[in-house]
Amino acid sequence: MTDQINTQAQNGIIRLEKVSVKYRLPSERIGTFKEFMIRFLQRKIRFNSFWALHDVDLTIYAGEVFGIIGKNGAGKSTMLKVISRVMRPTEGRVVVYGKIAPLLELGAGFHPELTGRENVFLNGSLLGYSRLEMNACFQSILDFSELHDFIDAPIRTYSSGMYARLGFAVATAHQPDILIIDEILGVGDEAFQKKCADRIAQFRENGTTILVVSHSMDTIGKICQRAAWLSHGKIEMVGEPDRVIVAYRGA
Amino acid sequence: MSTKPYYDSAAQISPALEEIREVRKFGYLIGQLVRRDILSRYKRSVLGVAWTMLNPLGMMIILSIVFSQLFKSIESYPAFVLSGLIAWNFFAQGTNAAMSGLIWGGSLLHRIYIPRTIFGISAIGTALVNLIISIVPLVLVMLATNTPLRISVIFLPVSMLLLAGFALGFGLILSTLAVYFPDVTEMYQILLTAWMYLTPIIYPEEIIPPELLSVIQRINPMYPIIRLFRIPIYDGRFPIMEEILPSLIWSLGVLIIGWVFFTSKSDEFAYRI
Repeated sequence: MTDQINTQAQNGIIRLEKVSVKYRLPSERIGTFKEFMIRFLQRKIRFNSFWALHDVDLTIYAGEVFGIIGKNGAGKSTMLKVISRVMRPTEGRVVVYGKIAPLLELGAGFHPELTGRENVFLNGSLLGYSRLEMNACFQSILDFSELHDFIDAPIRTYSSGMYARLGFAVATAHQPDILIIDEILGVGDEAFQKKCADRIAQFRENGTTILVVSHSMDTIGKICQRAAWLSHGKIEMVGEPDRVIVAYRGA
Repeated sequence: MSTKPYYDSAAQISPALEEIREVRKFGYLIGQLVRRDILSRYKRSVLGVAWTMLNPLGMMIILSIVFSQLFKSIESYPAFVLSGLIAWNFFAQGTNAAMSGLIWGGSLLHRIYIPRTIFGISAIGTALVNLIISIVPLVLVMLATNTPLRISVIFLPVSMLLLAGFALGFGLILSTLAVYFPDVTEMYQILLTAWMYLTPIIYPEEIIPPELLSVIQRINPMYPIIRLFRIPIYDGRFPIMEEILPSLIWSLGVLIIGWVFFTSKSDEFAYRI
């Protein structure tokens, strides 16, 4: 995989070519199937559409830390969604050369009644790992989360800090080619936060491309090599973080 | 550009075919979701997995008390009703779980890519495990009521496969609708009740007027499928080709339609759920 990424480096590990995403929403909220059928038969369904992303061209290169900034509703989340394949672009093309790991809302998909151990395997399988991969990394997940004494207790008995620790440990058990961080995580106590930051830094040194979405300009300015400013679904500016932040603040 | 991209949105030829390829990569997830559903259902109950057996058994006892006098023509009514009931329960449970599974998965679908049919497939998988477990009380009832257990029961895996295909296809159609209209889940409960009474499960088909029966035979897919359970278990013979064919057509047809319909819409789910 690493060789492959190197050969792709000059072309970009993530490429968006004229990507547009159109949301098509009924102009009035039709909440029930019955209502829909009536309107449908009366031919009274109208749709409002708007472009959440419009004609976005962007290339992100292997190994860089790339920040995305913009106001709420500017299209940041939609952009992450088309990149992580959750949503398909209405127009244009998205090409990704590598495995993406999302680091968002840790522990999504945990089941409260299952034990920590069972949840680790469930969560890992949701992230697309195989049984072999999970067996191989279980011990390191356990060590990282420091939950040895609680791993066989139902996860509903966990504190929110323990929950997030386990979530982070599973999500980062394997080094991904591309890591997506949606808002910097304020997880657990200071010591654990440092541990998380260290692990992300280690990924970066080993060549993981990191995509950061944040409202904290400090973070973007500090850790990113390049940044893009999104506004109303269009890319306003791409470049050095400091210059992009100045332009964004001036707008 | 010599190497293949991991993901290329322009490379999609057919959503339905691509989905099949992706599902195969996520085989481990299917197993984990089935495991989760079975474990979590019984974790906090004393009797645990025994409920899967007690549930149809209790239903059978109630129905037997109520109806065995009414349907005196049926030999060993408990075995008759149970052989149809386990198949019906599988269908009702599997299709409902397919809907709720996808809605539950909604929060995940916003964040990570998972082939979206996984939720329907694992729902049917869970129901299949429960169906197999519920064979145990069926055998007990047959022994207790002196209903002979014949070699024809080895046909059951075929019946299960056909029912599972139909249930998956139907579950995928339902869950697509449920994403757009939350009331579909409620409407479906009413439909299920009506559907069950329009299928000869708790009563013999002889009591249906012939004109109505021929309509039911033609338009109710559960009619031929339930018979594929009852013939090898209760009648104790292998079904003939004419009895298998309608189930096969319904099963394959609905599975393909459901799969194509679901996958054609599933890229929109992330902003609908």
